[in-house]
Amino acid sequence: MLTTILYISLAVITLSMLGVLYRVIKGPTAPDRIIALDALGISLISIIAIFSALLRTSAFLEVILLFGILAFLGTVAFSKYLEKGVIIQRDRNE
Amino acid sequence: MSLLHLAILLPFLSAVLIPFLFKGFRNIHTGWFVLLVPLVLFIYFIQYLPLTSDGNTVTKTFEWIPSLGIDFTAHVDGLGLLFALLITGIGSLVVLYSIYYLAKEKEALHNFYVYLLMFMGAMLGVVLSDNLIVLYMFWEFTSISSFLLIGYWYDRERSRYGAQKSMLITVFGGLSMLGGIVLLYIMGGTFSIQELINMSESLITDPLFVPALLLILLGAFTKSAQFPFHIWLPDAMEAPTPVSAYLHSATMVKAGIYLVARMSPVFAESGLWLWLVAGFGIITLFWGSFNAVKQTDLKAILAYSTISQLGLIMSLLGLGAAALHYDQLDDNIYMIATIAAVFHLINHATFKGSLFMMVGIVDHETGTRDIRKLGGLVNLMPITFTIAIIGSFSMAGLPPFNGFLSKEMFLTGMLSVFELDLFNLSTWGVLFPVLAWIASVFTFVYSIKLVFKTFLGKPQFDKLPKKPHEAPIGMLISPIILVSLVIIFGFFPNLLSNSMIKPAVEAILPSLVDSGQTVDVNIYFWHGFTPELFMTIGIIAVGALLYATLAKWQGIYNRIPERFTLNGMYDAGLSLSEKGSLRLSNAYMTGFMRTYLVYIFSFFVAILLSTLLIKDGFAIDTTDLAPIEFYEVILAIILVASAVTVIFAKSRITSLIAVGAAGYTVALFFVLFRAPDLALTQLVIETVSVSLFLLCFYHFPRISRNIERIGFKLGNAVISVLVGLTITLISISSFSSRSFESISQYHIDNVYDLAAGGNMVNVILVDFRGFDTLFEIAVLAIAAMGIYAMIRYRAAGGKEE
Repeated sequence: MLTTILYISLAVITLSMLGVLYRVIKGPTAPDRIIALDALGISLISIIAIFSALLRTSAFLEVILLFGILAFLGTVAFSKYLEKGVIIQRDRNE
Repeated sequence: MSLLHLAILLPFLSAVLIPFLFKGFRNIHTGWFVLLVPLVLFIYFIQYLPLTSDGNTVTKTFEWIPSLGIDFTAHVDGLGLLFALLITGIGSLVVLYSIYYLAKEKEALHNFYVYLLMFMGAMLGVVLSDNLIVLYMFWEFTSISSFLLIGYWYDRERSRYGAQKSMLITVFGGLSMLGGIVLLYIMGGTFSIQELINMSESLITDPLFVPALLLILLGAFTKSAQFPFHIWLPDAMEAPTPVSAYLHSATMVKAGIYLVARMSPVFAESGLWLWLVAGFGIITLFWGSFNAVKQTDLKAILAYSTISQLGLIMSLLGLGAAALHYDQLDDNIYMIATIAAVFHLINHATFKGSLFMMVGIVDHETGTRDIRKLGGLVNLMPITFTIAIIGSFSMAGLPPFNGFLSKEMFLTGMLSVFELDLFNLSTWGVLFPVLAWIASVFTFVYSIKLVFKTFLGKPQFDKLPKKPHEAPIGMLISPIILVSLVIIFGFFPNLLSNSMIKPAVEAILPSLVDSGQTVDVNIYFWHGFTPELFMTIGIIAVGALLYATLAKWQGIYNRIPERFTLNGMYDAGLSLSEKGSLRLSNAYMTGFMRTYLVYIFSFFVAILLSTLLIKDGFAIDTTDLAPIEFYEVILAIILVASAVTVIFAKSRITSLIAVGAAGYTVALFFVLFRAPDLALTQLVIETVSVSLFLLCFYHFPRISRNIERIGFKLGNAVISVLVGLTITLISISSFSSRSFESISQYHIDNVYDLAAGGNMVNVILVDFRGFDTLFEIAVLAIAAMGIYAMIRYRAAGGKEE
């Protein structure tokens, strides 16, 4: 029973990923794409979590954590880039 | 190491001292010190004469590389001793002559004598080594020292050209000879010549016999300036005259003769040997004497004359091999060819050495060697004239000099072809005496021309750069000694016959001695009214006629265009091969990375696919396959989709994102295939590398940033499809033909017990196989430092940013 539910949620998330992917490709502006990519990362996190449940293992929890950090960092970096034109500033006093 | 070895190495050892003597004793001509070396050696080798004339030999072995069968074995028999005496004897005379020829103020004497001594030692090594590899070593030493000596005046363009030419040709031959030596070793299992001679009967049936024969002969022919490899010798005349006299008349060019004589017992049973040696010899004889007539430079005449005389000796050695096929004759007439070869070898060394020295004197005292500017020197240089006339008449084969005797024996040897009934000699063999006779006529013409045009005729001293006068006595000593030998050997040839010729002939034809025939060397002037005598009379008559009408027929030499001469062909071949290689390397070394990648991938595909096909290596086995889950299919589709996007994307940024997508999908695969560590690492690495790609993309120059999709190239597409196909086929095959279980069970069983860890991947990385990890850390460190260095020291010339 649980397995079926897991499979169903997997399918739903996949569908949502496809939608987000459409935004990534199509997205008229850069912020659209960035938000879409962030969402894509979060969806991936859920996919991995569901897979962990399916495979009955706790070995992938770190992957989930890491994905969260990466998605956050990537989004922040992109945003900074859009805002300032650089990601790492040379002059800290500015 | 015995005294004999020390004698061979003495020139090398003393060469080390020469520069010190040159610097230390500026007032004394360095040649005086050098003179001691060949003199001592000559006296030393003379002592072997009684031994060898009794038919004994001396063999001394010094182990060099015993594990490879390479020992420095010195073997003294009649042949080796004859050459050793020639080398040291004429060496002494040449050194004496060079003392007066080369001025100690102007010339770099230390160079000269070091090279000369090196050459002398090398020659002694060649003629006295029994081990073929050692022989080859000394052989190359002669090539190198000859190269150095020809290029002695290295600031002259012609000297460098001549040195390079002789180097290329003789080293080419030397390397072929090395090939022959290796083949002989494969056949016989030994490098020792004497042991090979004992095996000669079994060697002749070996399939490698003919290649070995050809390669050895190639070495001998190039060294001895046989047709068509003779072209280096006239250009080697740019060397100082003592060098020409020594190397290019008496010793080095006879190394090939020596080799042929030495290897005769091994090869001479074969008809091919007889035909090749005798045939090339006779062609060389003819071609050399024919070309000598047209030369206007005295040394060039002598060079072509040397070529022709070497051909004579070579053809005699070839015909001498016929003696082996008539073991049972009481009076073996074919043996006379070998006797004549050895006799003429000695004679040629004497008269040609003196003639070269004579030319050197003329050059030294008049400032030119051009025969058109010379003439009428007889009254000014009477002694030189006497030397010249004796040497030339001996060369022409006139009585009462020694050249006459060997010429008669040569003709006898050539006429004996008529009585040969083997190897088809009865049909084409008639060419031998005919060519020999014609060549002798030309020999007569150029010998006469050499003397008469230089010393007789109208004096034209105003054309000469210097005012001519007789040479100093020191310069004349050596040629006088040599022409005295010409006369002595002419009148008393039997002085040589038992002491030197007989042992040498016995060394060349050992199987005849074994079969009980005696070598009976008896040289005498008067044969009676034999065909040889009439041939000689004919030579003199026709030769005199030709010389008298020289001006009328000399034009035929200009009929041969420069392009079709052998020199022209050599030059054209050299420049053609240079241009050809340049064009070839320009054709495939395009400088574009993509071309090289095409090469690499094409070879990759060609080699792997053909191996798969030829070895019938493709296998497919589905028993071990795991079931396919549907999410794996989906992920695979995503992976393929992103890969396709990478290739066909319109802009670079899309490709980049697709690469990232592919990377993340792979990470998902890692999750599915239960590899959490890999998935973690892959995610981080993929993120970092995509951002690095973005960084690169951001720094693209404006122009190329917006380049639309890559153009389609059919070749690239074919190759990439083939590469993919190859890899796929090989993966399937290797999976299907797995032959044993993996060793992972050991790790599974012991990961906790032995290594105290639960995470097996990490335990393998840091415990079971920690060494790999260490060096991967090193790789990362190097990459980091490299990036830092590249960014930091970007400015050209190491200037800091």
